[in-house]
Formats: sequence, structure tokens, C-alpha cells
Amino acid sequence: MQSKYFLDVRYLLDSSTLYVETGLLAIGMTFIIVSGNIDLSVASMTALVACVTAKLMASGWSIPAGCAAGLVLGLVLGGFNGILVAKVKLPSFVVTLATMAVYRGIAQVLLGAKSAKLPASFVGLDMMHLPGHVPLPLVIFLVIAVILGVVLHRSLFGRWVVAIGTNESASYFAGLPTAAVKISVFALSGFLAAVAALMMNSRLGVARFDDARGLELDAITAVVLGGASIFGGKGTMLGTVLALFLVAVLRIGMGVADVKAEYQLAVIGTLLVVAVLAGNLSAKVNAKR
Amino acid sequence: MQASAVRRLVTLREVGTAALLVGVVAAAMVKNPHFLDVKNLNSILLWIPLLVVVGMGQMMVILTRGIDVSVGSTMGVSGIVVGMLFRDHPNLNIYVGAAIGFAIGTVLGAINGGLISWAKIPPIIATLGTLSAYRGLAFIICKGEQIDSNNIPESLTNWALYGPLTIKGVTFNWLIIWALATALLTAYFLKTSRTGRAIYSIGSHPEAARLRGLPVNKVTFLVYSVCGGLAGLAGVLYASRYGFVNPGTAGSGFELTVIAAVVIGGTNVLGGSGTVVGVLLGSLLLGTINVALAVLGIDAAWQMLVYGLVILIALTIDSYLQRLLGKLAVSS
Repeated sequence: MQSKYFLDVRYLLDSSTLYVETGLLAIGMTFIIVSGNIDLSVASMTALVACVTAKLMASGWSIPAGCAAGLVLGLVLGGFNGILVAKVKLPSFVVTLATMAVYRGIAQVLLGAKSAKLPASFVGLDMMHLPGHVPLPLVIFLVIAVILGVVLHRSLFGRWVVAIGTNESASYFAGLPTAAVKISVFALSGFLAAVAALMMNSRLGVARFDDARGLELDAITAVVLGGASIFGGKGTMLGTVLALFLVAVLRIGMGVADVKAEYQLAVIGTLLVVAVLAGNLSAKVNAKR
Repeated sequence: MQASAVRRLVTLREVGTAALLVGVVAAAMVKNPHFLDVKNLNSILLWIPLLVVVGMGQMMVILTRGIDVSVGSTMGVSGIVVGMLFRDHPNLNIYVGAAIGFAIGTVLGAINGGLISWAKIPPIIATLGTLSAYRGLAFIICKGEQIDSNNIPESLTNWALYGPLTIKGVTFNWLIIWALATALLTAYFLKTSRTGRAIYSIGSHPEAARLRGLPVNKVTFLVYSVCGGLAGLAGVLYASRYGFVNPGTAGSGFELTVIAAVVIGGTNVLGGSGTVVGVLLGSLLLGTINVALAVLGIDAAWQMLVYGLVILIALTIDSYLQRLLGKLAVSS
């Protein structure tokens, strides 16, 4: 036990506000991975939306207008990924590898090494609590997770996502709008990245181009650890949320124990590989039964 | 008829990359007539070798429909380990050092290869995981300490400063020779060896390759091992070119530049098509763009955006050509 505060409920609850942003990315990533794709650009979309909204608000846009613009931008960035995947028929890992660089590159060109300050009245969402010391961001995250969990598991759209992830060409010949569904899934991922960007801006008070760097790794790890198949067609929202808390506790624990950022990254990267390995192994065992 | 059409398209694609290169040079010349002066030519020649060496491995991986995003971290590990060896054993032969770098990279690449070919983990997930894991490994090995310039032997840094051929002050340094040797060996391997041909077959149609009895798993494993080995060699060349190795920055982000060079050079991300000449042209183009950005006074902040755009452009062109090829096949 490195610190007696680690198991303090208030400390854990407060720390959770750091991970709801990753959590939002993981919710979008659940849809993406269940549909048989991957989105490496989520963290870059978060950074770009954060920078653009901060710049707009700094140049006199009202807070609601700035937020709305940010959410629309998220939809557009994600939708662009989706069009390249669904219409130009390119593999999602190369498309989003390229846009990962492009989106963060635009943010870097926009702000350079400077940071953009947000209006004081926009800052401090992470300090707001509901009764019982429950942080507001955590509540927002859980509400979105429940709604999108229902969409994934109980709606026609959700069934389509699972069907496409299971067998895309069969879904296509069965008459499902595969292209539209894929574009929607990527747009949703972009939208949630934008929500995460707004929460991050409110928490940090400034936006920088290197915001959210590397968060795609945590998001993908949470989804895979939560039992989603990396080959698509299988995965649950509950699994992602539970695994996310595991990743968060691991990160908070390493933070308390003063583990260097690079070592933390190595642990998460190894966890990702082990999670996929375990998933493949259990699939093999089940197939033999 | 179809084979010749494919060959014509590949040639067309290489001519396209060359035209793009001429375009970049022309644009830079308009802004600065002295763009092709001795100093800039020398910096382009210093920029290309690492790209070519890592690019040959990356091309073979992409030929099999895979990807390796861990190459930058592999460079970091090999650069750090070999740098520490030079620090602790100043008399170590530099060629032995290069061989050790290649060996370290091969081991790391073999781990990727095992995860991908036998554990059936998708290449992007496996190498995304090892990208982080290997970077952490570099830190653990050197305890976060940088290998300083006084620890790198002068004979090693001389590879970047001198070369067998100098024309009017433009030095074709020894790193270029390493790169050309790698390219020649790769071309020979891909063209003439059974395994080389198998790499193309696996990328064109993995299932057909398996049914033909090609050892798909073994070849895939080999390709990732060689890719890692070349990245490991590049880690030593990095030490030669920069004169120091930092565990955090050595090779960091290099995977993006390499993938950009490989795909703009005409290697198709859908597997099965790509040439050594294409990757050489792609590396020359990326090296020239990089120096041009600096010469034209464009902020370094543009770099990542440009690399990303280069990949997107290449993807779009290739997808268009692919469709054209499909139509050609149908009409014949």
C-alpha cells in the first residue's frame, strides 16, 4: 500500500472525472469494434475539437454556440472516417491511422505550441457534485453509457451493427444499409470524442494540440478487456464500462505509486495484447467444446 | 493481357510518385531558387537512409496485408541497448554493434510475428500494444538515462559525415550505402526467392495461398521478424546520424513517416502489390518534403498534418487505380 488515500471513496470518485473522457471514447469504440472496425483517430478528434472550441470561445462565440460547433465538428470528423471506410472501401485501421495524424496535425497548425484559454464561466464541470459527493461528469458518462447500451443491445440499429460485425457481406446481401450504418458508427465515435473534448476543456481550462494524446490505447484496451471480439460481432456496453473502471483504477493506482508515464503506457499496451490473447484463447476453447 | 495491364499500372504509379517529387522540388525552387544547394541536398541525403531501411521491412509487412506500428519503438530499444554497449565497452566494433542492433530488432519483431501469425491477433492491435510496451522497455533498460554524444564512438557517427563518393560537396554518406544495400537485398529476396514470391501471394489472396500449401504462418512470422530486424538496424543508424539516443524520442513517431513513404511509393494497403523502387521513390519524396518544409520556412507544426495527408492521398489514388484495374479485368 503506497498511499492510505488510495481506497478513500471521495478520492476515487474525484479521480473518476479524469477517466470519464476516456470512457466516452470507449463507448464509441465499443460500437466501432463490434461493427468489425477500429478507430485510432478518437484521441486526435478530441484534441482538434478541444482546440477549435477553445479558439471559437476565445474569439467571442458564446458558450452554447461554441459547444454546438464542437459537437457538429466531431460528427463531421467521424463521418469523414466513415465515408472513407464505407464508400471508398479502405481498411479502417489505415484510414484512421492517417486521420489520427491529420486531425492532430490540424490542431497543431491551429494552435502551435501555444494553449488557448477557455472562458472562466465554462471551467469547472469536474468540480460540480451531486449529493453524496458524486461528480457530475461521472453521472453524465453513466447516463450516456446506459442510453447507448440500450441502443446497442435493444434497438434495430444495434442489431445491424452486430450483424455487420459478424458477417458484412451477408448483411449486405440481406439488404441491410451497411454503408449508412458504418458511417453512423464512425460519426457516433466522433460525436462522443467531441463530448469528451468539451468535458476536457472544462476540466483543464485550457486547450492544447497534444490534449488527450494516446487515449485511443486506453479506450481500445477497455473495450477488448470488456470482452468485445476484436474481429467484430461481439461485445457489450456493460463489459466496456466495467473494464474501463479496471483500467481507471490501474491508472490511478500507478499514479499514486508514482509510476512514470512511459511505464504506465507499457503496462496498458501489454494489457491490450494479453486481453486479445485471452479472448482468442477462450474462443478456441469454446469452439472445441 | 491482364498481367501487362497490372505492370503498366504499377509503372504508372511509380511515375506518379516521381512526378510528385518533381512537383515538390519545383514548388520549393519557385519560393527559393537555391533549394537544391549543397547544404539542402546533404540534409536530404541524411534524411532518407533511415526511411529506406525501415521502409523495406514495412513494405514486406504491408504486402502481406499487415501493418507494423511498433517499428519506432523497436528503433528506440535497439538504439538504447547498442548505445549502452558502446558506453560500457568503448572498443566494441561498430559492425558488431550494428549486428547486435539487428538481432535485438529481430527478437522484438519475432514477438510481433508470433502474436500475429500463431496467436491470430490482428496486426494493428498486436503492434499498437507492443508500440507502447517496447517504448516502456527502452526506459526500463536505460533507467530513463539518455546515451550522450560522448558515448557514441566517432567511427559510428562518421558513417553520417563521410562516404565513398563526394560530388561538389554533396556527400553520399555511408548511411546511404547501408540503405542501398538493404534495398538491393530486399529486391533480390522478393524477386528470386520462394519465400519472397510467397509474400506477394499471401497478400494477394491469403486463403488461396493457404490452399496452395504455402506456409502462411511461417512466412508471416518471418516478415515481421525481418521488419523488426531492419528497425533494429535503423536504431543503430539513428545513433550514427544524431550522435545521441534518448529513450523517449529515438524513433518516436517514425512509424507514421515510414508508412507514409511506403504507401505513397505505391505499396497497396490491401496487400499483394508494391515494389522496392516505389519505396525508394517514396522515401526520396518524404525526405525532400521534409527538407522543403524547413527551407520554405513552414513551421514544423505542419509536419504531422503533411504526413497524414500524404497517406490519405496515396490511399485514395490506390483505391481509384484498384477500381480501374477491376474494370479492365471485366472488360477483357
